[in-house]
Amino acid sequence: MSEGPRFTLDGREIPLVPGQTVIEAADAAGIYIPRLCHKPGLEPFGSCRVCTVKANGRSVAACTYPASPGMIVESDTEEVNAHRKLLLEMLFVEGNHFCMSCEKSGNCELQALGYRFAIAAPQLEFQFPVRDVDASHPDILIDHNRCILCSRCVRASRDLDKKEVFGFVGRGPHKRIAVSSGTRLRDTDADVTDQALDVCPVGALLRKRVGFAVPVGQRLYDKVPIGGAPVVPEAPVAEEGRA
Amino acid sequence: MSKPRIATTSLCGCFGCHMSLLDIDERILALAELVEFDKSPINDHKDFTARCAVGLIEGGCANAENVHVLRRFREQCDVLVSVGDCATMGGIPALRNLVPLEECLREAYVDGPSVFNPGGRIPDDPEIPMLLDKVYPAQEVVRIDYHIPGCPPSADTLWKTLTALLGGTSVELPYELIKYD
Repeated sequence: MSEGPRFTLDGREIPLVPGQTVIEAADAAGIYIPRLCHKPGLEPFGSCRVCTVKANGRSVAACTYPASPGMIVESDTEEVNAHRKLLLEMLFVEGNHFCMSCEKSGNCELQALGYRFAIAAPQLEFQFPVRDVDASHPDILIDHNRCILCSRCVRASRDLDKKEVFGFVGRGPHKRIAVSSGTRLRDTDADVTDQALDVCPVGALLRKRVGFAVPVGQRLYDKVPIGGAPVVPEAPVAEEGRA
Repeated sequence: MSKPRIATTSLCGCFGCHMSLLDIDERILALAELVEFDKSPINDHKDFTARCAVGLIEGGCANAENVHVLRRFREQCDVLVSVGDCATMGGIPALRNLVPLEECLREAYVDGPSVFNPGGRIPDDPEIPMLLDKVYPAQEVVRIDYHIPGCPPSADTLWKTLTALLGGTSVELPYELIKYD
C-alpha cells in the first residue's frame, strides 16, 4: 500500500490529496457517493444534501467537507441512505415531476436516484405547486415545475460560460431560478451552445426540438443505475406503505 | 383450498395499466389457474362477491366515486397494490392540480375553442360524481400496502409482483423493472 494521507470510507482506507473534498477523494478512489447538486468541474455548492455522509459521527455534505487524514466517514449505511431517500422524496413532492411526459426521463439524475434508492412512490404528501414555464427564448426553455434549485446552471453560466444568465430569487419555498430582474429568457444572452444547458440534472433547463431523441431502453439510466455500482436494495423495491 | 381472489379497478386512470396486465400474454392462463377474479373490468363484475386477497388499484382519485370505490377496495382486500403513476403519484390527470378546478371546467364546457354550449351550463346532474378539488394519489386517501410505479408498469413488472404476492414471498423487482415512465 502506498504511503501518504488516508481516511476511512465505509471501512475502506482511501488516499486523499490535501485540499480534496470527501466526494472528490471518493470519486478518485472509484467509490460513488450519491449526489445531485454536485458536478465535477463546478464549484461545490452543498445545497441538495443528497451527498450527506457521517464524518467522525457528524452529518456533513461530502461535496463541501474537506477530507482529512484519519477521519472516519460512513456513506453507504442504512441510516445515511434513509436520510438520502427522504431528501429525494421531498424533492419529488415539492415540485411537479411528471416523468411520463418529460423529455429528460431516462436521463434524469433525480429520477435515476429514485430508482437507485428503490423509491416506488414518495410517501409524503404531494404539494403540486403552481409554477411557470419560460419558453420565450427561441432555442431554450426553463420549466420551473421540474427545477430542484441545485444551482448547477447558475454556477456553469457564471464560471464556464462567463455570462451569469441565471440566479436565485426569493427565499424558502418561494426560492426559484430567475434571469435578470424583470426580463425573460429571450432578453438575456443565453445561447443554445451554453454549457449551462448541459449541467441541469433534471428536465428544468432544456434545448428545444431535441427531446425524446433516444429510444426507451437506450437512455442513460434505463439499465444501469446512476453511480454504476451494483445496487442491492436494503428493502424490497415495492415497499410497504407508510401512509 | 379455494383459489385466492383478486379484484382490480381503474379509478382516474386510462386503463393502460389493465392493458399492461393483459400484456402478460399467455401467462394470463397461468394467472387464471392461480386466482379467481372478483370485481374487475376484466370479467365485468360490478361488485365484490367475497373478500379478496389482493386488490389492484389503477388511477388516483379525481372524484367522489373514485374515493368510494377505493375505500370499498380497502375494506374488501387484504393487500392493496397501487399500480402505475396515476395511483402512486397522481399521473397525467394530476396536471389539472396546477389549474383551479373552476377554470378547468370553464375551459372544458364553456370557453374551449371547440365547445358548442349556448346555455353555458357546466354539467351538474346529481348522477355525475362530484369532482374533487385536486387529483389525489391513492395513498393519500387510504392505506396502500405496495406501490408499483410506471406508465404503465410493464407486464413483467406486474407478473413478478403478482406471482410474488400470491406465492407469499417478498416482492423484489430487478432494477430494469422499476420505472416512472
